Order: sequence, then structure tokens, then C-alpha cells
Amino acid sequence: MNTKLKAKLAKYLIAIGDDELVLAHRDSEWCGHAPILEEDIAFANISLDEIGHARLWYEIAAELLGEDKATYPDQLAFFRSASQFHSIQMNSLPNGDWAFTMLRQFLFDSAEVPRLEGLVESSHKPLAEAAVKIRNEEIYHLRHTSAWVKRLGLGTEESNRRMQVALDELWSYAQQLFLPIDGEVDLVAAGLVPDSAEIKSAWLESVVPSLEQADLIIPDEGPPPRDRSVQTQHLAHLITEMQSVARLEPQGRW
Amino acid sequence: MRVIAITAEDIWTALEDVMDPEIPVVSLVELGVVRDVQVDGYKVTVHMTPTFSGCPALEVMGGDVVERIRQLGTEDVTVEWIYDPPWSSNWIKPAARDRMKTIGLAPPAIHNGDFQIVLLEPVECPHCTSMNTSLKNSFGTTPCRMIYVCVDCREPFEQFKPL
Repeated sequence: MNTKLKAKLAKYLIAIGDDELVLAHRDSEWCGHAPILEEDIAFANISLDEIGHARLWYEIAAELLGEDKATYPDQLAFFRSASQFHSIQMNSLPNGDWAFTMLRQFLFDSAEVPRLEGLVESSHKPLAEAAVKIRNEEIYHLRHTSAWVKRLGLGTEESNRRMQVALDELWSYAQQLFLPIDGEVDLVAAGLVPDSAEIKSAWLESVVPSLEQADLIIPDEGPPPRDRSVQTQHLAHLITEMQSVARLEPQGRW
Repeated sequence: MRVIAITAEDIWTALEDVMDPEIPVVSLVELGVVRDVQVDGYKVTVHMTPTFSGCPALEVMGGDVVERIRQLGTEDVTVEWIYDPPWSSNWIKPAARDRMKTIGLAPPAIHNGDFQIVLLEPVECPHCTSMNTSLKNSFGTTPCRMIYVCVDCREPFEQFKPL
């Protein structure tokens, strides 16, 4: 792989790592606040998993860029400003209610699966190996969130209403998951990553029937999604909180 | 400088003492997370693989392994985390599975590579051996556990997740 392609692949991995990290932070906010103890535990676990996945992507990016694998992930997580993150906007939105949180996690995890299926075939071996590992773990997430989507969608009139409100807001945000990441064309051509359009069609095939079975109406996609360089105001608040301890003592060892 | 010769076999034997930080009756070797030991003079490299990649105990595991090997008389010890092949719960040794039950942890069912199939099978209660148990939560006190309750003895218990 030439240096240019390496840099593009690193950028791609940092973008999908940012998606994981930002969502993980939102998930962690439920710790101590979820509606029931079991869900408190579940979301803390899902958060840990997503942090682990972000670290894996950052580590592979570090190797591609010739950076130190041991320290680069923390550099990315704790010492960039919000404007340097390339996460999708959806993951930075405040948690809202339980329906919103659960549906966002479901929409995101459902897109991770086809992305990982594609990355398993990547011509970059470390990336393919990590994708196998992450894919297996994600099965537990999707099992959990898809059961909740059904439970809330088919629960009471109120839970269905809240799910529909959440879906109406999240659906257009979710489309940003399938906007090709910078440099993706060359990466796809080199067999390094899957085509975003293929991820989208697999995602639609899985989420649309699930949502319809949960008695939810699929909304319009809305305006075309924004580029990943454009962030919400919410991300800055999230990043400030997430980085506050690390920045107190940048050289500290924990 | 101490003049000693360490063999890979010595290290494997020493690592039998290093227990999982969260399952104190099972060693990291029995769990299958220690994959390979390479000795080059006094330089030791251990390849380890995580059970779950977000496991917060990974750093403790790696640190415990380094510390135990240093007790053999070498300072030059490195742990490298590898991901291929991905860790499988099938690798947990039979004796370790039995010991898990003694601390109220149900061992993961053996699967044929697709662990989703065994998720549908009944899980035996480690307290009273009843098969009449019910899943309460796909997530437990660590990323690698699920919470069940036994319908017969009414005790809650955890199962190590099949992976």
C-alpha cells in the first residue's frame, strides 16, 4: 500500500472510530440513570464494547500512519478539538428519552453489521482480523436493541408514539452513515473497504422490515446528509466533558 | 547480572498461576487468552488475545503476565495483543469450566463456530443444576457475561457468554 492510500485508510478508520467513541460516550451517560438496573448494566457494557472498537480502529490507523499504537488512540480521543472529529452527527445528539437512545443504537448497530461484513474481506490483514472480532461482539448488541425496538414499538400507545417521534428525527440523520467517507472511492477500488452504497442497501433490507414489524412508519430521508466535517453544537459539549479529566494532567498515568 | 536460562516451557508453567482478574478460579492460560510465548535469550514476547475487545481488564491481564514472568529473572517482557484467530469461548479448558460453576458462573456452551445457535439452548443453573432457567439480561457485570435466573432455586446467576 502506498503512503497516500495508507493515509486515506487511516482517515476512514479514524472516522468510523469517532462514530464508536462518540456513541460510547452518550451510552455511558445512562450509567446510573437507565430506567431499570438491567439496562443500566447493558448500556454500560455496550459503551465499553464501542470504546474497545474505537481503540481497535485507532490502533490500526496508528500503524498505517507510523504512529505509536500504544499512545495514539488516547491522543485522538482526548487531545483533538470537536472540529477535528469526523463522527456522524447522529451519535452526538443528546440521549433524549429511552426510545430515542434505543432506536439510535439499533440504527447504528444495524449499519455496523454490513460494514463489518465488508471489512472482514479487506485486503489489509489487520483490518480484516479486527473486523471479525468486532462483528462477533456486535451480534450481542443487535440482539438486544432489536428486541427493544420491537418491545417499544408494539408496547403501549405511548411507547409507540415516542418511537415514531424518535424515528422521524433520527431517520435523516442516519443517512449520513452512508455518505462516502473522504477517499473512499480509492479504498473501495483497492479492496480495502466496502462501498457505502452497498452498506446502505443491506441496512435498508434489515432495518425496514424490523421497524415495520414494530408498527413504525418509515419517514422520508429528508435533505441530503452533511459532510462529516460539519459537526453539531452538541459534540463540542460532549468532547469537553469527555476530555476534561485527561486534559487536567496530559502526562498523567492512570 | 543474573545468569539464567528461561525456556518457553518455564513461562507457560509460571503463567498457570496468573488468574483472570474477574474469574479468580480460572487462569489466563486455561481461558485461552495466552496464545504464544517466544523466548529469545532474555527477551520474552507473549502473544495474548482479548476475550472481548472492550474488556476493561485487558491492561490488568497484560500487567499480571509481565509481572509473573519478571519473577523468573528477566526484565525484558513484552505483551502483544493479537486478534487472529479471534478468541473463542470453546478454548476454555474443561477443568476451568467446572471450576467456574463453583463460583456461581455458568460456563459457555460449546458451539460449532456459530455461537448464535447455542444462545437458544437452555443454560444449566450452576447452583442447583436445574435446566429451568431464564435469561434476564444479555449483558452482565462484565462484557463477557449474561444474567440468568433459575426458576427452580430462584437464584440469579451469570453465564460466560458464548463467543
